[in-house]
Amino acid sequence: MRKLLTLLLWLTPLGMLLAAPPVYTPVTPRALVFPEDFGAHENFRNEWWYMTGWLETPDRQPLGFQVTFFRPTTEHDEDNPSRFAPKRLIIGHAALSDPKAGKLLHEEKSMREGFGLAYAKAGNSEVKLDEWYFVREADGRYRTYVEGDDFALELSLTPTQPLMLQGLDGFLRKGSKPGLASYYYSEPHLQVSGTVTRDHRAIAVKGSAWLDHEWFSEYLDPNAEGWDWTGINLDDGSALMAFQMRGKDGGRIWAYAGLRDPSGHMTIFSPDEVSFHPVRTWRSSRTDAVYPIAMRIRTGNIEWQLEPMIDDQELDSRFSAATIYWEGAVTVTRDGQPAGRGYLELTGYDKPLSM
Amino acid sequence: MKRNLLSRWLLLGEWQAHRLQIVVAVIAIALGIAMGFSIHLINSAAVNEFSAAVKSLSGQSDLQVRATQPTFDEMLYPLLAQHDGVAVASPVLEIQAAIPGKPGDDRSNTLKILGVDVYRAVAMTPDLVGVPAEGRVFDVLADDAIFLSPAAMEWLAVRQGDRLPLRLGTKTVTLRVAGGLVRAHAGQRIAVMDIGAAQWHFDHVGVLSRIDLKLKPGIQRAAFKAALAKALPAQYQVTETADQERRVHNMSRAYRINLNVLALVALFTGMFLVFSTQVLSTLRRRPQFALLRVLGLTRSQILRQILRESSLLGMLGSLLGLGLGYALAATALHVYGGELGGGFFPEIKPSIQLSPLAALLFFLLGVSATLLGSLMPAWEAARAHPAPALKSGSEEMALAGLRTPWPALVCLVLAIILTQLPPVVGLPIFGYFAVALLLIGGIAWMPSLAAWFFAGLSRAGNRLTAGVLATLALTRLTNAPQQAAIALGGVLASFSLMVAMAIMVASFRISIEDWLTHILPADLYMRTEVRQDAIGFTPQEQQAIAAAAGIGRLDLIRSLQITLDAGWPTVTLIARPIDMSDPANTLPLTDDALSPAEIPLDAVPIWVSEAMVDLYDYQVGKRVALPLSEVPQDYVVAGVWRDYGRQFGAIQMQLSDYQRISGEWQVNEAALWLQDSITPQQLMAALKALPFGESLTFWQPNEIRAISLKIFDRSFAVTYLLELIAVGVGLLGVAASFSAQALRRIKEFGMLRHIGVTRGQIYRMLALEGGLLAGFGISIGFILGWSISLILIFIVNPQSFHWTMQLHLPWPWLAIMALAMLLAAALTALVAGRQAVSGSVIRAVKEDW
Repeated sequence: MRKLLTLLLWLTPLGMLLAAPPVYTPVTPRALVFPEDFGAHENFRNEWWYMTGWLETPDRQPLGFQVTFFRPTTEHDEDNPSRFAPKRLIIGHAALSDPKAGKLLHEEKSMREGFGLAYAKAGNSEVKLDEWYFVREADGRYRTYVEGDDFALELSLTPTQPLMLQGLDGFLRKGSKPGLASYYYSEPHLQVSGTVTRDHRAIAVKGSAWLDHEWFSEYLDPNAEGWDWTGINLDDGSALMAFQMRGKDGGRIWAYAGLRDPSGHMTIFSPDEVSFHPVRTWRSSRTDAVYPIAMRIRTGNIEWQLEPMIDDQELDSRFSAATIYWEGAVTVTRDGQPAGRGYLELTGYDKPLSM
Repeated sequence: MKRNLLSRWLLLGEWQAHRLQIVVAVIAIALGIAMGFSIHLINSAAVNEFSAAVKSLSGQSDLQVRATQPTFDEMLYPLLAQHDGVAVASPVLEIQAAIPGKPGDDRSNTLKILGVDVYRAVAMTPDLVGVPAEGRVFDVLADDAIFLSPAAMEWLAVRQGDRLPLRLGTKTVTLRVAGGLVRAHAGQRIAVMDIGAAQWHFDHVGVLSRIDLKLKPGIQRAAFKAALAKALPAQYQVTETADQERRVHNMSRAYRINLNVLALVALFTGMFLVFSTQVLSTLRRRPQFALLRVLGLTRSQILRQILRESSLLGMLGSLLGLGLGYALAATALHVYGGELGGGFFPEIKPSIQLSPLAALLFFLLGVSATLLGSLMPAWEAARAHPAPALKSGSEEMALAGLRTPWPALVCLVLAIILTQLPPVVGLPIFGYFAVALLLIGGIAWMPSLAAWFFAGLSRAGNRLTAGVLATLALTRLTNAPQQAAIALGGVLASFSLMVAMAIMVASFRISIEDWLTHILPADLYMRTEVRQDAIGFTPQEQQAIAAAAGIGRLDLIRSLQITLDAGWPTVTLIARPIDMSDPANTLPLTDDALSPAEIPLDAVPIWVSEAMVDLYDYQVGKRVALPLSEVPQDYVVAGVWRDYGRQFGAIQMQLSDYQRISGEWQVNEAALWLQDSITPQQLMAALKALPFGESLTFWQPNEIRAISLKIFDRSFAVTYLLELIAVGVGLLGVAASFSAQALRRIKEFGMLRHIGVTRGQIYRMLALEGGLLAGFGISIGFILGWSISLILIFIVNPQSFHWTMQLHLPWPWLAIMALAMLLAAALTALVAGRQAVSGSVIRAVKEDW
């Protein structure tokens, strides 16, 4: 009926003014169902698959990598019958951190979903973006390929541990307001093998990675400026995910941490048990943003020290995702002892995020 | 040192004594150069601008895929995007939307909207990516947003955030101006929006206009292009940016070259004028030069002195001409735009660009024209024996060589032969040569022709015992015809060109008027506001139209653009009911047509415009293929019709045939015949009341006629201007040569006064001489102009524009021009003579004896 009404309204120019905004499914506590929840959830406003990890070249040089596929929904009218109507986009980010280069190499790619050229399928993790892809095989293994002018990655990521459901069995609150939440699961300690191609030369690599899959309709508190996030593969087989939402007033709006020990026991830390303390900042000469690239994170009575692989791991994705953020490989120490390796993400330091 | 002093002294003396002639010579050179240079500047500005605009629209793309029809199925896009060797494929939908309430004919009141996929366009055509407001990045994907180039914003008087109503076919869409296209080509009027939104709002869901391709590094473009063209179905065309430019070039080439030729004609007239002033001034100074020879100057010194003088004149005139030409071009571009009223480059507003090389070229052209003009008389003056040259009255002797008519006759015969030759690369090169030879031959023949004519007239005058004055005037003209002929040259050249252009333009205009009457038989025409790309009236809407009261007969017409050759502009296909028993009732057919019985049953008859025969070799009876359906279908050329509207070809066919073959039932125009009971205004009001009535545009035949003729006149505006300038230059020449001659006849007039001829009688004699001379020049100029007009009408026009016309002579206009010229010449002769007669009689006789 609403469709019919909209159609009638379209016959007049007035219809343009009254086009209804899209309606998204709200995020409420529910149990995640697999394999369905591996796939895309197109009724939610946004969704992403986030892979971060450390690689090692044959000559034992470390590299950091990030491969992300976003599936945002736009505000384009749902009633547009055109196959080109950009109702949903597929955006890909890929980055390679090389201590020798001293900066991040990154590629980004955006397309509207459609024509079999770009899609995120329901039912299984399967995303395509021209030549770029990310797919979960029947045996649970992930394969991904990204390419750009400066580098290409072709990686295979094999799970070694069960899924790590964040928050309340995969329902994770992002603020005190009801509805500010996402469905969120991680796969830590993915065993990586594949090739990194630079300057037309393919190098075999292996390493360890972390996958996040998250989908939501309302993510950011209107008063939030951005968030700090980290996902760490700890050397003893444990996995740590922690984040905090920062307010525009400089305070903290929300925080969370989940620590799973090798036996699979999950410890959830409430907001007041988690805190982030900047240790060292770095100013980007390109954007003038100042990032706290070295952090001390406290979860309960444990204190983690995060130190970046290199300072400049800023990613300018103003064109594809309309944002600038810092996403970098970090090493983690606990009580001065090396404890693990992971990734740190710092958003909203250029200007407050809007999502 | 001494020689320099002498040279300067001679020069300044001459210039001070004959200011008028110097000024005339300089003006003649300046005008000639100014015309040529300004037309060159305008043409190159328009063409450069258009090429740059085309480049900006096609961006970094290596290839473009289009269809022979304006749009094609979008499913080609994923195929090409995933094709081997393709790095990026960028789909584009082009829409020409009307601006409601914007006045003007349909060429100038539409906005070109490009629907693009911003994520593809950013890699291919970065100039076509909208710049949204701060913090509204995703406006580039919004369903209600449009981005306008600065020129479009200015033209539409809108700013970021304003709402912009647009109309296509019967539908109005209001979009939000979300930002600008900052990198759009300056002056280019275009808009960009999301391709999905464009498909939806403008009823083009499922179709594209073109796909731009960027190839992967290392892929051979030529080989890839050939392979892709072969792999795609026949209705697709793979083109390069170069093809686009060639198309633009072809589109306006004939028009531009014709303008250039007109400019050259102006330059030629100017050069002739310089020649005649130089000849006369050198002749006048023969005694002076002879004296210098006697005093010890060598021949080559004399020669150098004359050339030095004329090159100074040439430089001065050329410099003035360059400045004047630049100013003219800037004004014309500002007032008329780049097409000079020709309508070839809508959407762009070129700015003038000065190329130093071109300026230098025109400067050298001016100087060498002047030098060439004075070379012959300089050579003669240097070679002359000093003793006879010192004597008065030796001038006629110096020009004796001009009496032989043979070179002139050779030129004329050659001109006739050249008219029989075919065009060269689509241009009437030989036709132009024939025109030039006719002019040169005509002018060169003047001395002997004038001698013969005035001798005859003088004999006749003696027999009839004409008055003393007439006898004096005729005797003078008979016995000194060479100088008279040189004075006449300018008149002849400019008047014959004016006659030729007047006859050509009149013939063209009358042919167009007749044609318009023939092709517009209905009482009222109706169409949706924009024709190109518009989907038009659906069958339901057609029924609604047909049901309106008062319509006696309704012809529905479907017109669309199809591409038959990527290097040529599109061809218009018009499908309408055609009277099969006698197609000439519907179409302005030439004699070239099949009779209805001769049309084969297995082929669909089509009637083609004359351009189709020239450009695509669509001869009557030939079987051809047209890209109207997937299934191959034979078409047969059943006739040829005149079309002055579409220089690049048009095809007409039965609407029923078109609908059967294409499966398309929409039409975009309707011709209405009214019942007696209703006025056009009543019917228009009734049709406006239909649900889609607001977007209808009505035309009555007389309005179309008026608009067509207005466009016609506008495109010939420059021609009129050039004509007037040529006449002005010609008259200046007459003034200069008459005054020069009159000054040299001071003693003659003094003698006449001594034997009792009054001052008034001398004036009358001078006016009579001027009138007779001009009358003769005008008569010959008329014959010459008429011959040139035949070449223009029957050779230049069909060869460059592919249309034929009938000859019509605009007698009243020609008579007025001839009379004005005659009066001007007589007056000029009189005014020039006054100076010579007014001095003291005694001194006049003493002088120079």
